[in-house]
Amino acid sequence: MNAPATRRARSSSTAVRRPGDILFNGASLGSAVLILLILAGVAFFLVMEAVPALTAPAEEISGGEGFFAYVWPLVFGTVVASVIAMLLGTPVAIGIALFVSHYAPRRLGNGIGFVIDLLAAVPSVVFGMWGMAVFAPRLGPLYEWLSQNLGWIPIFGDASATGRTLMTASIVLAVMILPIITSVSREVFLQTPRLHEEAALALGATKWEMIRTAVLPFGMPGVIGGTMLGLGRALGETMAVAIILAPGVFSWNFIGAGNATIPAEIALNFPEAAGLRLSELIAAGLVLFVITLAVNLFARWIVDRRAEFSGAN
Amino acid sequence: MSKRIDVKDLDIYYGDFHAVKGVSMTIEPRSVTAFIGPSGCGKSTFLRTLNRMHEVIPGARVEGEVLIDGQNLYGKGVDPVDVRRQVGMVFQRPNPFPTMSIKENVLAGVRLNARRISSSAADELTERALRGANLWNEVKDRLDKPGSGLSGGQQQRLCIARAIAIQPEVILMDEPCSALDPISTLAIEDLINDLKSDYTVVIVTHNMQQAARVSDKTGFFNLKATGQPGQLVEFDTTQTIFNNPSQKATEDYISGRFG
Amino acid sequence: MSIQTQTPQTPQGDVQRSRLEDVEGVVLSRVRPTTGRPALLLALGALVLAVVLRLGLDMHVALALVLSFVGYLGAVYAVYRHLGGPRVAVDQVLRALVYFAFVCAIVPLASLLWTVVAQGAGRAFDPSFLNQTMNGVTGLHDQDYAEGVGPFVGGAYHAIVGTLIITGLATLISVPIGLFTAIYLVEYGGRNPLSRWIRFFVDVMTGIPSIVAGLFAFALFVQLFGPRDAKMGIAGAIALSVLMIPTVVRNSEEMLRIVPNELREASLALGVPQWRTIAKVVLPTAASGLASGITLAIARVIGETAPLLVAIGYARGLSLNAFEGPMNTLAVYAYYMFTKPLSPAVREPSLERAWAAALLLVLIVVALNLLARLIAKMFAPKTGR
Ligand SMILES: Nc1ncnc2c1ncn2[C@@H]1O[C@H](COP(=O)(O)OP(=O)(O)OP(=O)(O)O)[C@@H](O)[C@H]1O
Ligand SMILES: [Mg+2]
Repeated sequence: MNAPATRRARSSSTAVRRPGDILFNGASLGSAVLILLILAGVAFFLVMEAVPALTAPAEEISGGEGFFAYVWPLVFGTVVASVIAMLLGTPVAIGIALFVSHYAPRRLGNGIGFVIDLLAAVPSVVFGMWGMAVFAPRLGPLYEWLSQNLGWIPIFGDASATGRTLMTASIVLAVMILPIITSVSREVFLQTPRLHEEAALALGATKWEMIRTAVLPFGMPGVIGGTMLGLGRALGETMAVAIILAPGVFSWNFIGAGNATIPAEIALNFPEAAGLRLSELIAAGLVLFVITLAVNLFARWIVDRRAEFSGAN
Repeated sequence: MSKRIDVKDLDIYYGDFHAVKGVSMTIEPRSVTAFIGPSGCGKSTFLRTLNRMHEVIPGARVEGEVLIDGQNLYGKGVDPVDVRRQVGMVFQRPNPFPTMSIKENVLAGVRLNARRISSSAADELTERALRGANLWNEVKDRLDKPGSGLSGGQQQRLCIARAIAIQPEVILMDEPCSALDPISTLAIEDLINDLKSDYTVVIVTHNMQQAARVSDKTGFFNLKATGQPGQLVEFDTTQTIFNNPSQKATEDYISGRFG
Repeated sequence: MSIQTQTPQTPQGDVQRSRLEDVEGVVLSRVRPTTGRPALLLALGALVLAVVLRLGLDMHVALALVLSFVGYLGAVYAVYRHLGGPRVAVDQVLRALVYFAFVCAIVPLASLLWTVVAQGAGRAFDPSFLNQTMNGVTGLHDQDYAEGVGPFVGGAYHAIVGTLIITGLATLISVPIGLFTAIYLVEYGGRNPLSRWIRFFVDVMTGIPSIVAGLFAFALFVQLFGPRDAKMGIAGAIALSVLMIPTVVRNSEEMLRIVPNELREASLALGVPQWRTIAKVVLPTAASGLASGITLAIARVIGETAPLLVAIGYARGLSLNAFEGPMNTLAVYAYYMFTKPLSPAVREPSLERAWAAALLLVLIVVALNLLARLIAKMFAPKTGR
């Protein structure tokens, strides 16, 4: 795609510049720069509205111990829910992707692929309603069982009868990020060079051995990228958690009442908030922004490394 | 040690498409057999039925028998995975595993098929296979470097090393030199000559001189007409095929008066 | 190859014994042929076991399934190890895991769709739901309705209209910016530093959490109008644009790149100025792809709740003016109806409204996705072939 650019360089050196060209070039350059401005604006206005909370005396912040003390349990809840979601979702997503790309018949695989893409677009509020109405109540008895039988593990403390816990929210998040990780993984698995698959088979590999030798090594960087994408989505996911989780104070017990996440905290409190409370919530949003930014940069770095890697082929 | 292959009335299909019809032939052990013929006549298809790689393609199937030392490859109670370990294959384009080092590439098949390999056995097998593929001297100092860093010809010899590392009975090669320069081609042809003393080698080639140079026997495949299944027109010693073919079509193809 | 020795031929069974196993230090692992039938039988057995655990021992469904699946895995491993050797056993176990992953995902997703349809279908197509707003509707109406003394009142008309207005505005903002940026990246920028930076920041933007986009729009409008009057429709549209622009840029860039360079060169060689080449050759060629990409981008944001919750407030009645006062959308409406029923004592009518709105949303999203596919298929550029 270098060609159009060099062409522009040449045409701009000629004396005549048509108004149409100037306009078109200007509009596209302007839009591109506008995007940079929007992003700068996002950072700028968030910081601006967050400053009061960040500079306010500690006792005026909710909880009375300063912004850091206020926000870290939220960060903890956000990260824990996302990490659990990722741990649960990734293996299943890889399984589905393999099912679609290498186990199911072509036709069926394509159909499932489309359904999965569709599910990635289902609004998160719907996931939240489903999780609250259908899923959480079913999990109550299971938590009861876990609490009774595995109660010595700290995260399985006293069970919540309603099932509206961090664990439930995490599982619903896992279901929500499944389609994202699946569609990225399916794509890379399908791109595995046939030559490598056949090379493995011709050496006497079973199906799984072929996948292990040819498909997984080839697709792994892509899968990691997709997982990071899913993690980013889970970190920022608001509505599902806001609806499902009955928020509370920080606790190691993930199957009982307690804990909250940044996005849910904002969504639940924003409509009634005013003054410093508003600023607090925006500052929490800023923290969330920084976390997701870090995850995204990390994901990008991995995907770039992969580009270098496949360049050798 | 090499094996004798008997093909009896083999019909090959892709779904409803009848690709190759009624092939019967006997391939002698410790010999090189070449298949020639116009594009699309089913040489690759036929070759891939000799190690059951054909059925990897969805909908592909086979009727007839392929006997290796009297044992039907397509008989009940024969697992394709096991067949492929005994009938190795080298592909048209070199395909070393990109994430593996040279040594790992050579050992890939061994590791798949072995429950355990001692590291001394691994070293020994690597060296033996690479020597067998005439590659040892070129790569012995960089066994831990990625296989994809080699030249095309070296990569192809690496693939041959990978195939012979599991010590198959038969080695199939589908146009192994078509992606290579003349020097690398020569190296591979020399290698095929060496392999003959231990293995049964079957090779598909579009290069008539190559067939004449390396093979003991030659089979000529042809299409009667487009849309018709491919057929084995003539199968004889390379001498006969090139100097004194019994079929008009063979003579036309050999002398370039084809089509 | 001096180590190779003649091995005796096995009279029966396998094709031939290998020589690889004669190498010292190598323990071969052979594969014996198997069929899928034992796996199928074992799966049936596991299913029976699950039913017994569930009904007989009254175990939790998830526990019963997990236990019988673990049992199934063990049985498959043992049986296939016996029949085909360890490699076949591992192959079969992995196959079972892959299929199980598929089932694991299908069950909740199917349950989700089923729930939305079952709960929402009753009310979603009711004209009174589609034509009414929530203006003046209180918990008392719901109580009357529940007791059978009043009609069902209160619908989502204003939310539907609000969804269309806000998403429409977001589209109007995002499509030109996104499209022109893509044009810049493909046609003008090439690989210069600016376009590399823009690609990078578009990536960053893709990762902005939706609620943060809402906070940004709110913070911006607070600066412009003060905290009291900051919530309005256009703020929501801007929040959605922040989420939509990166999708539009990426999808469009991909589509513009597919346009073959020969077309551009053919046009330029005829003396057509570059902007006309873009407008008359490049864009029309890519039109179907662009349209389908934009449709998908709309589908992505139309169900957004969090940013709107923050940026547009919550209106009970119809508001057509996006530049003043709170508005409503289907997603926000569903959220409020679901979490804050009008009458805490009689929640049913509010939940009905919530599910109906959710169903409408899902239908819109599905329709948009299908539409995008259709556009991409029907109007695919007739280049080559
Ligand atoms: N995967 C496939 N599915 C369906 N038909 C196929 C497939 N592969 C090959 N064919 C068809 O089978 C016939 C034989 O193909 P094959 O590749 O064996 O020819 P070939 O003799 O090897 O040709 P070439 O010399 O060009 O390699 C052709 O008509 C081809 O179109
Ligand atoms: Mg071929």
